[in-house]
Amino acid sequence: MVGFRRRSKSDIFFDSLIGIFMVIFVIVTLYPILNTLAVSFNDGIDSVRGGIYLLPRMFTLKNYQTVFHNQNLIQAAFISVSRTVIGTALQVFLTAMLAYVLSRKDYLFKKQLSFFYVLTMYVGGGMIPVYVLMKYLHLTNNFLVYILPGLISAFNMIVIRTFMNGLPDSLVESAKIDGAGDFRIFIQIILPLCKPVLATVALFVAVDQWNAWFDAMLYNSASPSLTTLQYELMKVLSASTQQGSSGTIDMVKNAGNMVTPKSLRAAITIVTALPIVCLYPFLQRYFVSGLTIGGVKE
Amino acid sequence: MELEVKNINPNPEIKTKNNLMKNMKKQKTLILMSIPFVIYTFIFNYTPLVGWLMAFQKFKPAKSLFDQTWCGIDQFKILFSDPNFIKVIRNTLCMSLINLTLGFICSIGFALLLNEVRLMFAKKFVQTISYLPHFLSWIIVTGIVADVLSPETGIINQILVGLHIISQPINFFADTKYFWGIVGLTNVWKEVGWGSIIYLAAITSINPDLYEAAEIDGAGRFKKMLHVTLPGIKSTIFILLIMNIGNIVNAGFEVQYLLGNGLVQDVSQTIDIFVLKYGISLNNYSLATAAGIFKSVISVTLIYIANRFAKSAGEERLF
Repeated sequence: MVGFRRRSKSDIFFDSLIGIFMVIFVIVTLYPILNTLAVSFNDGIDSVRGGIYLLPRMFTLKNYQTVFHNQNLIQAAFISVSRTVIGTALQVFLTAMLAYVLSRKDYLFKKQLSFFYVLTMYVGGGMIPVYVLMKYLHLTNNFLVYILPGLISAFNMIVIRTFMNGLPDSLVESAKIDGAGDFRIFIQIILPLCKPVLATVALFVAVDQWNAWFDAMLYNSASPSLTTLQYELMKVLSASTQQGSSGTIDMVKNAGNMVTPKSLRAAITIVTALPIVCLYPFLQRYFVSGLTIGGVKE
Repeated sequence: MELEVKNINPNPEIKTKNNLMKNMKKQKTLILMSIPFVIYTFIFNYTPLVGWLMAFQKFKPAKSLFDQTWCGIDQFKILFSDPNFIKVIRNTLCMSLINLTLGFICSIGFALLLNEVRLMFAKKFVQTISYLPHFLSWIIVTGIVADVLSPETGIINQILVGLHIISQPINFFADTKYFWGIVGLTNVWKEVGWGSIIYLAAITSINPDLYEAAEIDGAGRFKKMLHVTLPGIKSTIFILLIMNIGNIVNAGFEVQYLLGNGLVQDVSQTIDIFVLKYGISLNNYSLATAAGIFKSVISVTLIYIANRFAKSAGEERLF
């Protein structure tokens, strides 16, 4: 279609404007991240002088060595990985199961149950009542506080259910005639067919779990063994910009004078961002379709 | 068939009751599968609502919820006579309006421009890059923003000084007049690509005949974008705008909490930070819960109004 008309002058002008805009956009998006990468490979004291842009000036691995030799951070990484893996697996499986029950058009309590869940999207107790509940359930200073409160998400349930509604009813019917129970139909027939939407939801949940820091601060700040990478990063950040100190900051002093809070923070930032940055481009086609389903809702 | 059976049945009520029992038996597994979910959600999503009672008490954490001294709406009176809380409401509303406006304009603009990129490879590349910041945590993003704006080593100050726009580096985090702008632009940086997904999806469903017709009428690329693409996603914009009305009291709190400091707290604190400060740091559960209730009530009311509005405008129901 493009070839039919000669490109007019104004079209060429328009195209170049868009080209320039896109280049600026990519620079603005990537530069801060690449700069952090450069600082993370640069000598700590040298970084404080400034003037580091896209490449390290005095290359060193000292920052990363300090990170990977720190017991506190290794423990934090272990907790972060555990909560992400366990939390994602459980949430996706259970939310899919609920979605299956609610996707069954013949289910007697479909309407009431749907309302029960949709309501949770709009009405919640708020921070303090939830905090009191967690205390009451002995979930503070407990690993389970990362997993239990978020097992079901009404929004994700709707996304999965919308996908399930698109599957032919005859699947369930014929399986029933063959004598399969409802639970078996879910596990053996419906679940394998839902892989694309489950991948989308799993990505969303995993990113949320990996990036969460507030629950670690609110509920588990008294248990150093339950800290997460993001929370440790936050402590380094607030220590390097303003007041306070943390276990991680202490290691800067122990590491001798080659590592500074700034360079250490850069290294932790890269370590924390790396898993997600490597993963998301491959799941792109899934989340684009997932978001469109979620946006339309039902 | 079913209709006939119903007509023959002399006593329909008994029949439906029997039917219900029979159907329940048939759906035994489905019902058994839902029971744990109902119990779970009741505990984690609905019992916190009982905690709202704290807002009408002088709550002391040592005693149980039902042994507290009741004080009616005193907490709400304290809340609204607190000049701090009024400031916090102003901050929340202003920041969320800034975020909403900037977010909408930038996401729509970005989607329109990206749609005009004709090299498929370049389009895909820019799109993938644009999603990246969405996946980074607020901790990482605020750290990056602090770096970029730093008076000593930040690139923004270096550019501004280099171009002789300013003579001295600005300490952006020490002056209240910059804070809302920083929060707004940070939000744009993080979410513009992600926010454009839904518009790009809407653009693909525009009828290609419309472009051809516009071309015959002599429209250039820019004119087509303005008069075909933009009207084509109007209803998507409208729906998203309405869906976001309920979020006006949700300015978010992570970015303000992480970027804020003592110097800018007059403009940085939102309702959520107020709740956190009074509830968790000062142990004043009652006052913090009252603030939380105020927020929830406004939010639900706005969503309800938006939903009615959407219905009367002929758009599909939002919930």
